[in-house]
Amino acid sequence: MPDWKPPAPYRSHAPDEQPPLESPEYGSTRLRSPRQPLVALPQGLTELTGPVLGSDRVGPLDHDLTRQHDGEPQGERIEVFGRVLDGDGRPVRDTLVEVWQTNAAGRYLHAGDRHPAPLDPNFTGAGRAMTDSEGRYRFVTIKPGAYPWRNHHNAWRPAHIHFSLFGHAFTQRLVTQMYFPNDPLFDQDPIFNSVRDPAARQRLVAAFDLGATTPEWSLAYRFDIVLRGRDATPMEDEA
Amino acid sequence: MTTPSQTVGPFFALGLPWADGPFAVAEDFPGAFWLRGVVLDGAGEPVPDALIEIWQADPAGRFDHPDDPRGPVATAGFRGFARCPTDTDGRYAIRTVRPGPVPGPDGHLQAPHIDVSVLARGLLDRLVTRVYFPDEAANADDPVLATVDAVRRQTLIAKETDDGIAFDITMQGDHETVFFTF
Ligand SMILES: [Fe+3]
Repeated sequence: MPDWKPPAPYRSHAPDEQPPLESPEYGSTRLRSPRQPLVALPQGLTELTGPVLGSDRVGPLDHDLTRQHDGEPQGERIEVFGRVLDGDGRPVRDTLVEVWQTNAAGRYLHAGDRHPAPLDPNFTGAGRAMTDSEGRYRFVTIKPGAYPWRNHHNAWRPAHIHFSLFGHAFTQRLVTQMYFPNDPLFDQDPIFNSVRDPAARQRLVAAFDLGATTPEWSLAYRFDIVLRGRDATPMEDEA
Repeated sequence: MTTPSQTVGPFFALGLPWADGPFAVAEDFPGAFWLRGVVLDGAGEPVPDALIEIWQADPAGRFDHPDDPRGPVATAGFRGFARCPTDTDGRYAIRTVRPGPVPGPDGHLQAPHIDVSVLARGLLDRLVTRVYFPDEAANADDPVLATVDAVRRQTLIAKETDDGIAFDITMQGDHETVFFTF
């Protein structure tokens, strides 16, 4: 045996907290979800470590999606901010947060997006930020639009911002979507509703925060993100 | 109490790929090779909108990470992380190097392996799998491979190619790749 203690593993998700891979109402899962049961992988050092991706990748304006072009994008200017925490409420510091979204009209700057809504020459829709020593991040952007897709008759995605996080370990990797409160499209969206536990689903919805708005400038939404927490480090005398 | 996962969707190319993304090691890193593969769906069709990410140890089995209890080790030209979107034929290619053996949860060594995340439209959460190496004697004693049914185990072992190794990923069906949860 080595003369060091293995680090503590990260805790599993609660039941129904994660969407099932096979969610037939979301059509694309039908051919893309495994049919065999997932195999339990004990967390060794490969899973308990992860890429330290960082500040050298994030430019000074990467967090401000409204200032990446000569002019200002169309749309409702918003700040999206929050904290990245682990399941025990501890801040996840100095970790990379990546976002991408549609413009205000609901159109992605992507060749595959055929929604006949206008592109905005002043909006790309991609951003990057690092969390600070308290796990805080902040983006300035415009509110994305809803967009149609072909999953079912007259299907529309609620407005959302895609988020990608690494945390501090391979085990903590998370790709998710942030939604806006009281969206009338929630009920018919199979991606949002793939999260079966209503309380867990609500954790995908940002909170409007009037106190954080900038007067005569922008509205503000708070979106805290919780990555998996880890068990306490085993004590020396534990077998 | 965690934030649930949601699909990466079809338009992640707007935000996630990096110019140097496919390089887990510098191009001329000693022993560097190409890890290539195709991603297939349950109908056997290539998946042109997946993102493959890898994470692995350096050739000595070390991680440049504060939670490595042996102490972090930074190897010049080695990142250990790479990400590559699949092309229109469902193919990805990552420049990397063979990792050393790595301690498992009990400290015992596992055979050299590369952890893989698969993200795609139609995947509400990432899929996790592992690449093991062909002609690796340590595979026979690897505690993770031992937990996998002997027939399906073959889906975790890469094949040798002209310029490295090939690791195809089948998301569903007869030759479905073994996927893990933790
Ligand atoms: Fe989207």
